[in-house]
Amino acid sequence: MPCIDPDPTAPTAPRATLAGIGLKSTHVAQLLARGAAVDFFEVHAENYMVAGGPMLRQLAWVRARWPLSVHGVGLSLGGEGPLDAQHLDRLATLLARCEPRWFSEHLAWSGHGGACFNDLLPLPYNKATLQRVCDHIDQVQQHLQRPMLLENPSTYVESRLTTMTEGEFLAAVVQRTGCGLLLDINNAYVNGVNHGRDPWDLIAALPAPAVGEIHLAGFAEDRDADGDRLLIDHHGAPVHDDVWALYRRALAHLGPVPTLIERDNHVPALALLEAEAAMARELLRSCAVDTDEVPA
Amino acid sequence: MNQPGFAAALLDPAQAVPADLLAWNGSDPTTRFAVYRNNVITSLMAALADTFPVLRQWVGPEFFDPMARCYVCEHPPASPVLTDYGDGFADWASIFEPAAGLPGLADLARLERARVRACHAADLQPLNTDDLAHRLVDPAALPGARLVLHPGATVIRSAFPVVSLWAAHQGDPAHIGPLPHQPEAALVHRNGDDVLVLPLAPATAQFLHALATGQTLGQAVAETEAAAPEPPLDLAASLALLIRHGALVAWHPPGDTP
Repeated sequence: MPCIDPDPTAPTAPRATLAGIGLKSTHVAQLLARGAAVDFFEVHAENYMVAGGPMLRQLAWVRARWPLSVHGVGLSLGGEGPLDAQHLDRLATLLARCEPRWFSEHLAWSGHGGACFNDLLPLPYNKATLQRVCDHIDQVQQHLQRPMLLENPSTYVESRLTTMTEGEFLAAVVQRTGCGLLLDINNAYVNGVNHGRDPWDLIAALPAPAVGEIHLAGFAEDRDADGDRLLIDHHGAPVHDDVWALYRRALAHLGPVPTLIERDNHVPALALLEAEAAMARELLRSCAVDTDEVPA
Repeated sequence: MNQPGFAAALLDPAQAVPADLLAWNGSDPTTRFAVYRNNVITSLMAALADTFPVLRQWVGPEFFDPMARCYVCEHPPASPVLTDYGDGFADWASIFEPAAGLPGLADLARLERARVRACHAADLQPLNTDDLAHRLVDPAALPGARLVLHPGATVIRSAFPVVSLWAAHQGDPAHIGPLPHQPEAALVHRNGDDVLVLPLAPATAQFLHALATGQTLGQAVAETEAAAPEPPLDLAASLALLIRHGALVAWHPPGDTP
């Protein structure tokens, strides 16, 4: 069972060729019995914000065997109001409990006026929202005493109030807060189709050294009011061929970056996720070799 | 994208979508906005379906899902931690008019919600038989003692057979129609990793309920006996049940502030 935690300080940096999957409750019994051929696991932070019980024991078991990524979905970094201090405390407790290798959150908002919507809602990209997001990320990184990765979201609408591209916005956040990026290649692709633009423009605009993790996922197809394609980022299907192609191009540009296969709906057998992770690992290794051959 | 307007339109399809929204192809953004409406409402409905699986089986998805949708729109979660969502569902369901013909529905919801709370409750070291023996050496101190149940333990008391209903839906559920008036009770509690639904005799249920509300051992026994339950309270068996399942976490002698 390949559950060796590579030394993150090793000069050969094997960590970059890590391919992981999300930890799913339906797979836990199988994991306990036979392990998994993956290099790391990712969990949604909010699922483990509990006082005790089996969830925390499972998390500790996984954490003892694999590198762990904690992925938050409820911080509402783009929210107009102040960050939820109680939620920030819960996050600090969880991170102290499991000391993950990576912590990430989204460029989005998810609650307003005391209601939480359990979805990642879109922001206009302009000076005012940039200031707000940077202030919130400063507060998070200070409170948690660790750098975070910020994920590019999938979106279905745009706003007349937007004055910057998504890539310009993310690059400015990195420059001002020192945070890293979680590049979701599926979201980049989905937004390309949904907003009639080249997904590569987003990836090319990002500061490459800041990209600390990559997500790959599947989408669903829908149509908008004019009958144009509208892709829904539903994490319920295998990674699409077009997204694999974009991933290959991103790796050639960025070098190897730890990559997660995301699957939250229609969760298949563990073996199928292991196979998708193996495909990512192969691409990571071949791009690591290519990168090594290029003189510095 | 002012967030108050966006938020209001999410949960109320009658509200217009925010005026600043647009699409690259000039299409009506309402269709695109509907993706967010759908994500929010269906993901929260799924959270309720996860919490109330037996209730959903019993009344059928065709009744449960529209009911859950109403609840989600009226009472979206106050916290992004969805394991905390649904505490108010049973009280709301008890006055949800379309469910008026389904007595027992709210109590079944209470039982299932208690199971989720028990699952995620803190891990506390329970008292064992040695601890109990130590407490019983001074009979004079017994009536004033306060016994503390595990914070994840809940006493469910219903005028309807919801404990049998829940049990009948474990494994391959038989179809069960409207419930007769027939009181039942259970202690919902996690021992180790197992969430238990322990059927209770009426006297035991009343006694444990009294303990859970902070009454002393003496008060709880007196209150239970005053109700003259049949069969009468078996105090030793009730305490043994708590100890056996790890449901007692503290025993404060008289004068000890809990």
